[in-house]
Amino acid sequence: MAEKQYDWKAIAKHPKFVELHHRKSAFLFGWWVFSLVYYFLLPIGAAYTPGIFKVKVIGVINFGYVFALSQFFVSWGIALFYAHVANKDFDRLTRELIDELHA
Amino acid sequence: MTMKKIVIAATLALSLAAAAFAEEPSKAPATDTAAAVSAPAAPAAAGAPAVTAATPAPPTATAAAPVNSAHKRALKADKTVTISMFAFIIAITMGVVVWAAKKTKTAADFYAAGGGITGTQNGWAIAGDYMSAASFLGISGLISLYGYDGFMYSVGWLVAYITVLLIVAEPCRNAGKYTLGDILSFRTSPKPVRAVAALSTVAVSTFYLTAQMVGAGKLMALLVGIPYKTSIIGVGILMVGYVVFGGMVATTWVQIIKAGMLMSGAFLLSVLVMAKAGFNPIGFFDSIVNSPDIQDHVSKMMLKDGIIMNGIDAGQRFLEPGLFLKAPLDQISLGMALVLGTAGMPHILMRFFTVPTAQAARKSVIIAMFLIGTFYILTTLLGFGSAIHLTPQGIISVDPGGNMATLMLAQTMGAEIAPIIGDLFLAFLCAVAFATILAVVSGLVLAASAAIAHDIYVNVIKDGHADQSEQVMAARITSVVVGACGIVIGLTAENQNVAVLVALAFAVAASGNLPVVVLSLFWRKFNTAGVVSGLVVGTVAAIGLTLVSPNLTYPKAVAAGAQKIVVAMEKKQAALTAGAVLDEKDQKALDKGRKDYEANKDGSSMVGLDKPLFALKNPGIVSIPLGFLAAILGCLAFPSRRSEEMFDEVYVRQNTGLGMAKAVDH
Repeated sequence: MAEKQYDWKAIAKHPKFVELHHRKSAFLFGWWVFSLVYYFLLPIGAAYTPGIFKVKVIGVINFGYVFALSQFFVSWGIALFYAHVANKDFDRLTRELIDELHA
Repeated sequence: MTMKKIVIAATLALSLAAAAFAEEPSKAPATDTAAAVSAPAAPAAAGAPAVTAATPAPPTATAAAPVNSAHKRALKADKTVTISMFAFIIAITMGVVVWAAKKTKTAADFYAAGGGITGTQNGWAIAGDYMSAASFLGISGLISLYGYDGFMYSVGWLVAYITVLLIVAEPCRNAGKYTLGDILSFRTSPKPVRAVAALSTVAVSTFYLTAQMVGAGKLMALLVGIPYKTSIIGVGILMVGYVVFGGMVATTWVQIIKAGMLMSGAFLLSVLVMAKAGFNPIGFFDSIVNSPDIQDHVSKMMLKDGIIMNGIDAGQRFLEPGLFLKAPLDQISLGMALVLGTAGMPHILMRFFTVPTAQAARKSVIIAMFLIGTFYILTTLLGFGSAIHLTPQGIISVDPGGNMATLMLAQTMGAEIAPIIGDLFLAFLCAVAFATILAVVSGLVLAASAAIAHDIYVNVIKDGHADQSEQVMAARITSVVVGACGIVIGLTAENQNVAVLVALAFAVAASGNLPVVVLSLFWRKFNTAGVVSGLVVGTVAAIGLTLVSPNLTYPKAVAAGAQKIVVAMEKKQAALTAGAVLDEKDQKALDKGRKDYEANKDGSSMVGLDKPLFALKNPGIVSIPLGFLAAILGCLAFPSRRSEEMFDEVYVRQNTGLGMAKAVDH
């Protein structure tokens, strides 16, 4: 099978690829750090600020419960947002880049 | 082909025979009571999934617990119904294997299902691969006994997938082929890197597999009275059968079937629980706080810490943190191992090679996240529901670790509709537990076999010169050997405390695998020396710290505890009037204390220590930074121009998918 030989160095300097790289890195790293910080607030908060976790929000349901539950929705939210941005921007940039290379 | 069918038929017959054989001794009345009494030991250590912590406790442990007889409950699955359900699952999965075997011709078919799994299918398979019996039974048990802390514990297992989604899934799909070694060896010296990567994969898989196998044996003995050894051999034969004949296709489908069963079981039971609360979440939480049994249970727990708390305050306390997870640093350390380790788990990474594109890999993680997250939220309902309807005292009377809570709940909720429905529901959930174990162990055996056959045999020993039939043969033989080793380890580890092994598997994956994967994909300067030093130091640090941690048994500490009992009982004896003797219970405690003291006073832990050198049960907080540091320092100490020059290629490939899957043929 004859595979197309790519000039990887040239692609790496291609403006489309550079744009993809910048946007993707900023997005991925930023949201990854955010998710870690948000997650570790849970065990750290539960251990060192139990008072806040005990505050009742709705009926007997307290802030700690709502916060732990929010972790699920925040994780899902990040996942869906990423899928949206990736499908819209990253995949489009990648496709345009590949089309130009194959042209 | 005919030969293959005969072997498949033989495997099927063997496993059915194992199940049938198992039914035999269970007919003896003694087994029934044993199953109900010999509950898994004591509350699992913080951070250790409870099911795998199952070690048989002496019957006295249950008897000694101050349980109101009104709360005493028993859990007994209907043997005929349960065994039929098991046979049904075995039959379905074997059908899948026969179908998959026809499709498995090349190495790509065997390791990666020929890249022919869709994103949705892979999402279900990831969920099926990930949700072990520990999360299915253990977490709901923790919630039923400790409330909020059990729920908090479950969060990290989902958040872990953010790392998988954002950092590793798509790059691995684009830059890899079958194994961790493929990703790491791209711009490094393949032989040493593959050898080390294979060793770490085998280490992680073995730890996780051992925990699963022992857990499986214990669970089957407890649920349906199948003897421990029979269960291990039966599960072992099935998992080897799936992997050897069906490769990744069969493994994937076993995982999908299991995930479907697990989700429907959890959903159905949650609906029943919420129906009892009139589908009113606020009322549901009110009934937790107002339950006199939960209040009493919390009061007793608080009293152990010297705090007096009663009534509604104690009920409210059940929804607040700190009843179970009392060591914050350990908790954070475990969290680190989870959120970084999942992305370094070889059997999870391997799942991304089964889909055709990066988009499908992305979709599969998102589907898996929704399944896993929904499952844990349902688990909360099941845990709290068990606490309300079964009472913590009733759950403890069956199993001090709470592992049986979900199953008891299923039987109780079903029986309220009709007794037979209770039995059927319980049997169904037992079957789900069984399918869960099969799905997880199959994925692990496949990952370990791929590392040995593809990395070590094909690429290190044969220099990559092996034709398809030789590669597939090597993979099959390795699977048999790995499976056989798994069975032997499972049989010998019956009385070991294996709970630590799950946490250890995640710690090794987080400290060894993840740093080198991330640096390989994103750091220009990364090279052979960095991979080798990172993998070796991360893995050794995680294992080493665990060996000197409080997870091991320290006989001198056991002896000191026994000595206290002896002193107390002797005092009591001395205080008695002349001629009087201790009552039977105290005398027994005294004798046991003396015996334990004698047996343990000169002992030391497995590595010869009197007391732990490292205070935490989870090594992640130290070993993960060490892994990263070693990888970076090793790489800077031995720079490689070639690795740096090839970075552009790796980086373009992992971002664009250009030249995909042919990566290692160059």
